[in-house]
Amino acid sequence: MSTAVDMPRFVRARQVEALPPPNLARGPIAWIRENLFSGPFNTILTLVVFYLLYVSVPPLVKFLFIDAVWTGTDRAACRADTGGSESGACWAFIWDKINYFIYGSYTISERWRVNIFFILLAVGVVWLLWLKAPRRDLGAVYFFWVFPVVSYVLLTGGNENFSGRFWLGFAIFGALVIALFAFFAALLKTSMRPALILGGGIVAVIGITLALVDLDFGLAHVPTSLWGGILVTLLVATVGIVVSLPFGIVLALGRRSKLPIVRLASVIFIEFVRGVPLITVLIMANTMLPLFLPGDMTVDRLLRPLIGTALFASAYMAEVVRGGLQAMPKGQYEGAMSLGLNYPQMMSLIILPQALRIVIPGIVNTFIGLFKDTSLVAIVGIFDLVKTIEASRIDPNWAAPTIGITGYAFAALFYFVFCFGMSRYSLGVERRLAAGQKR
Amino acid sequence: MNSVQTAVSQTSPPKKSFLYDPKVRGAFYQVVLVVAIIALFYVAATNAIENLQRAKIASGFGFLNNTAGFDISQTLIQFSAAGGTYGDAFIVGLLNTLIVSAIGIFFTTFLGFLIGIARLSKNWMVAKVAMVYVEVLRNVPLLVQLLFWYIAVLGALPQPRNSLEMGAGFYLNSRGLFMAKPIWASNIGILVAVLLIGLIGTFIYRRWARKQQEQTGRQYPVGKVTLALVLGLPILTWIVLALIGANPISFELPRKGTFNLTGGMQILPEFVALLLGLVTYTAAFIAEVVRAGILAVSKGQTEAAGSLGLTPGQTLRLVVIPQAMRVIIPPLTSQYLNLTKNSSLAVAIGYPDLVQVFMGTVLNQTGQAIEVVVITMGVYLTISLLTSFIMNIYNRRVAIVER
Repeated sequence: MSTAVDMPRFVRARQVEALPPPNLARGPIAWIRENLFSGPFNTILTLVVFYLLYVSVPPLVKFLFIDAVWTGTDRAACRADTGGSESGACWAFIWDKINYFIYGSYTISERWRVNIFFILLAVGVVWLLWLKAPRRDLGAVYFFWVFPVVSYVLLTGGNENFSGRFWLGFAIFGALVIALFAFFAALLKTSMRPALILGGGIVAVIGITLALVDLDFGLAHVPTSLWGGILVTLLVATVGIVVSLPFGIVLALGRRSKLPIVRLASVIFIEFVRGVPLITVLIMANTMLPLFLPGDMTVDRLLRPLIGTALFASAYMAEVVRGGLQAMPKGQYEGAMSLGLNYPQMMSLIILPQALRIVIPGIVNTFIGLFKDTSLVAIVGIFDLVKTIEASRIDPNWAAPTIGITGYAFAALFYFVFCFGMSRYSLGVERRLAAGQKR
Repeated sequence: MNSVQTAVSQTSPPKKSFLYDPKVRGAFYQVVLVVAIIALFYVAATNAIENLQRAKIASGFGFLNNTAGFDISQTLIQFSAAGGTYGDAFIVGLLNTLIVSAIGIFFTTFLGFLIGIARLSKNWMVAKVAMVYVEVLRNVPLLVQLLFWYIAVLGALPQPRNSLEMGAGFYLNSRGLFMAKPIWASNIGILVAVLLIGLIGTFIYRRWARKQQEQTGRQYPVGKVTLALVLGLPILTWIVLALIGANPISFELPRKGTFNLTGGMQILPEFVALLLGLVTYTAAFIAEVVRAGILAVSKGQTEAAGSLGLTPGQTLRLVVIPQAMRVIIPPLTSQYLNLTKNSSLAVAIGYPDLVQVFMGTVLNQTGQAIEVVVITMGVYLTISLLTSFIMNIYNRRVAIVER
């Protein structure tokens, strides 16, 4: 009887040489095979894409960098006939006009004020967008009140010189507001103190704002017709965000309100604005706004498109905020109500802080859209970056065939850097918020 | 226990002031809002009337019947400076807007789907190129892109006398793209009728094939039959008609003269630039919509289809795409709407669309800002609301029926 034990066993005496690792499973060649040439169809696709890149990229690089003219003082450097060689992008032109592209025709000796505005803006943006920044509540106060007022004074020069009658009128208005609050407090038989603080606070904020605008800081007046370039582009975008966020929140709350007329008014406004192109809103602001005001009142030419873009952005912001409000679980509303909070308390303490947090990516995306849309003010004759490039393009001193492309390449680069940066930020926030939701 | 209840019931019937009634408060807020809105409109209207009277601008829509007195570079209907009215100019502009939007939507859908699918390709190269395309195009304002296409690319085209000849009757120069112009003979009706018959036949055949498949499980070559009926039949008819000497379509080729091209069909450079800009820009957004839609179909669906024995092609056609479309279509429509609204940027490069003709030239000539703005915005609003109305119906049809 034979068992497995009795069977002659084969035991290898010598160790076999290890097989080489599978030839093409690791390393760059394997990667290329896997990702680029995994089949006939893929191979053809890769080759087609390579061909497209070969056709498009080298000429682009040649034009933008290799053949580019980096220094020069006038058109001679950038023309093929006078510049010597075949010329590419004329960066010398951008360099020569860079101050015009940044400040427009802003008085040269006063341009430091614009620089401070840029710094203040950067501080505000970082404070609000950096989620770990300290005291972000103060940041909001800064960005939505201090910064706009200071910027206004800085950029225009302030010193509005209100008359004594104006201040008398304001005093009466302030007294009326406080009296109204006191009256309602008495009517509702609630305590008088918070009502007076609220009323007094509103009057104080308006009063301080007006006083700052009124005071003479010794800054020379710079009319808005001189403003231009990146200053105006950033200004339109900033006003858009500063106005559209609060106004958008109000509209979103209105749209979710239980009161039918409030809801209807919000829906009509939002759907109307979202249904028409921005350019029609801008033309409307440009041509109809002066009609709707008393004859002796004029609206600053820069202010008109600012109002237009701000209203336009508000409607889009409202929809983003509404998304956040709808995403809040009903339990949050019910919990707040069961604690006895009233509507403003519920919204400002419970719902909005959470809802706004989850729509930060949406808000940033809306802002990217707004930032790109600011270029449209060029069409109604405001000297933003695009318009300053348009204007410089036809400067006879720089008449060369490559000027147009160079100018628009510069504009494209500027917008791309800002928008791409913001979109990366919003993706990052999205990922962070999603991390908290993961189970 | 009992005493607590009585205590509660004793204190609970409060002396309710009507001021604390939410209904009263709601009514109060709404009255305030209505009064504020009415006051705003009243002040605006009285100011407007006063300002218009002072500026001696007529009001009302009578100006639509006045002679326009300006020419428009692209007209789909008969329009001349001498005979056309402002109303005609409005229609010309509207048609120009609609045609650039329609053609743009057609091409951008194609390009957008191509790039969206390319972004999900397993081919690293293709996916990265598609990603770079999307990021660059999405993050540069459309206006800059339009100006770039118009001035940088199309501006570099040669003078008419040095037109680029592209073969098949296509010429390209700084005045635009010239191509053969089809001339319809009187018997074109036959071709249209045949095409209609083909379409109806396809519809009937598809229904029949579907029913057969549901009942017997047998599949019929629906795709081939559709192709044969819709394309093959009209082309066959055309060939037959041409052979018997009754050609329904002939082409007028542009001829190269000394200074200019004559005859044929001319497509304005503005139109080409606007179309290029709109198509490439919107395609970047559509690509993202398509990508999100395909990713929204869970992997289990593909695996389940595979385990049922469907081929990859069938999986895509019968399982993935129908479910992805449900996610894709609503944002896709809003991209179509965006394209239509963005076509108003034509005003920056001088393509005679609705905004350029009506809100630009007509507004400046007549000064009737309110009427012109109301009409123009009304058009865009109608398009938007109509689209979202249709979208809502569609959404209700395709929405997942939950238990």
